[in-house]
Amino acid sequence: MVKFILKRLLQAIPVLVTVTIITFLLIHAAPGGPFDEEKAVPPEVLKHLNERYKLDQPIHVQFYDYLKNALQGDLGPSFKYPGRSVNEIIAAGFPVTFELGCYALLFALLIGVGSGIIASLQPNTCQDYVPMAFATMGICLPSYVLGPLLVLLFGIWLEWLPVAGWELTPGDKLLPSITLGSVYAAYIARLSRGGMIETLSRDFIRTARAKGMPESIIIFRHALRVGLLPVVSFLGPALAGLLTGSFVVETIFQIPGLGRYFVQGAFNRDYTLILGVTLLLASLIVLFNLIADVMIAWLDPKVRHETING
Amino acid sequence: MKQSMADVKGAISASPRQDAWRRLKKNKPAMFGLAVLSVFILLALAAPWITPYSYSGQNLELGASPPSTGHWLGSDLFGRDMLTRILYGSRVSLAVGFIATAVALVIGVAWGATAGYLGGRIDNLMMRFVDILYALPFTVFIILLMVVFGRNIFLLFLVIGAVEWLTMARIVRGQVLHIKQQDFIEAAVSFGLSRFHIIVKHVIPNIIGPVIVYATLTVPNVILLESFLSFLGLGIQPPQSSWGLLIAYGVETMEEYPWLLIFPASVLSLTLFSLNFLGDGLRDAFDVRDGGVREG
Repeated sequence: MVKFILKRLLQAIPVLVTVTIITFLLIHAAPGGPFDEEKAVPPEVLKHLNERYKLDQPIHVQFYDYLKNALQGDLGPSFKYPGRSVNEIIAAGFPVTFELGCYALLFALLIGVGSGIIASLQPNTCQDYVPMAFATMGICLPSYVLGPLLVLLFGIWLEWLPVAGWELTPGDKLLPSITLGSVYAAYIARLSRGGMIETLSRDFIRTARAKGMPESIIIFRHALRVGLLPVVSFLGPALAGLLTGSFVVETIFQIPGLGRYFVQGAFNRDYTLILGVTLLLASLIVLFNLIADVMIAWLDPKVRHETING
Repeated sequence: MKQSMADVKGAISASPRQDAWRRLKKNKPAMFGLAVLSVFILLALAAPWITPYSYSGQNLELGASPPSTGHWLGSDLFGRDMLTRILYGSRVSLAVGFIATAVALVIGVAWGATAGYLGGRIDNLMMRFVDILYALPFTVFIILLMVVFGRNIFLLFLVIGAVEWLTMARIVRGQVLHIKQQDFIEAAVSFGLSRFHIIVKHVIPNIIGPVIVYATLTVPNVILLESFLSFLGLGIQPPQSSWGLLIAYGVETMEEYPWLLIFPASVLSLTLFSLNFLGDGLRDAFDVRDGGVREG
């Protein structure tokens, strides 16, 4: 198992380097620099600025410098927020995005797995069709449609919940979390239904039934472990999607998270901020995929055998 | 291709494609999806003949007005007819959906078929490349690209297509590995046909079912991605119109003028519904599961 994790960690290095190189080149290929928009900067000031941020150096030198600092955990100063480092901005925004993502995932897992199991117990009956119809609806209602509709209904017409903000009024975390999580709840419901239906028809379940085990133990102890594997392997991509999806939710609900900084950074050509956020997101996605793989190896006897012996 | 040449003469069983079409026709949600989609496509194509207004023509005196006989779906803050804006938006959103899927289709099928058919080290190398790309945060890159190179609609087609081909390549490769071992490929090899000829003429036609299914399921993803970008202000630019853009404007004014949000949002959701129903129906009709043909 340790060997398997180490191998996957080594594989992550080329991915992260590729991400850094692509982002770096993309940003430098952009027409216009970060100091263009400021009205008529005198040439000597521009020269000074470029020197200070090392923009006058050849690109490979800039890249080498950046990589060296990034490895030591220093993502450099922000170009557009004077006096603030990228580390500070990330430290301010990331916890908010992360918290939002966790709530959304929790919501998605509770609703998704719950309705998936319920649907799988009586396939092709009402008990199956109703939750699955909702799941299809969830997939077809992207967050930028669902979010505003929820705000309109619960925030403006019924006035039950606040329409925007984060940690300002009680209950303001509810709507953003549901908005962000609903699409994933829908996917998870479909995946867990499919996985459970397939598992419940397998031989080891029949054996367990033949031995006269209670149905609840069969479902929760035997079937879930195998039936939820598709959900576990979906978690890696889902977490990645939650992080980028929060860009939209943060915009709708005016939440001061990483997504808002990233979108603004992209508009402002804040090189170092974009690079830093991209690197962070890429590392997290690689990490999530790794964790999902390890969990699958741990849950699925077939894969566990291969990773330990192979 | 379970039907052999002998079956064709017997005229009892149809070709697999006709077979799939017959099964699809029995699937009501899928046919509903197909019908809705066809109507939307026709409306989008016929937009200039349906509405007397132009998508950018402003009428500031009118301003935002609720649905009426003159403006069936109301008008926006600048007095632009909503029906017209939605119809022209459909043109953009549907075009992005279909063209970007076509880009993904071409790259994915070519890549997957080559890797799967050649096998060995080349296969390993090509699929490892796909694995690395899979791990990249593409949404972030797309946002970057749109900012860096301006919000160009053709770039949008290319970029989205370039992201979506990865899954297609994996599915096609899996199918090709399966097809490769069948007798008719061996026969083609023993005839001395070139690899290129075998891939194009014999392998690809036999994996068309799963490819159609996956392509149908890719279109809604692409439409979602486009409207996501337009919503953030990084996709289609005004006075052009797209569903994502209309929704973004609708959100800003939903308190006073909810119809500006509700109509474009319904059209987008209905389209996504239809495409998903159609995709699921096609999957059942072609008997495809998890990118592999079911045995037996």
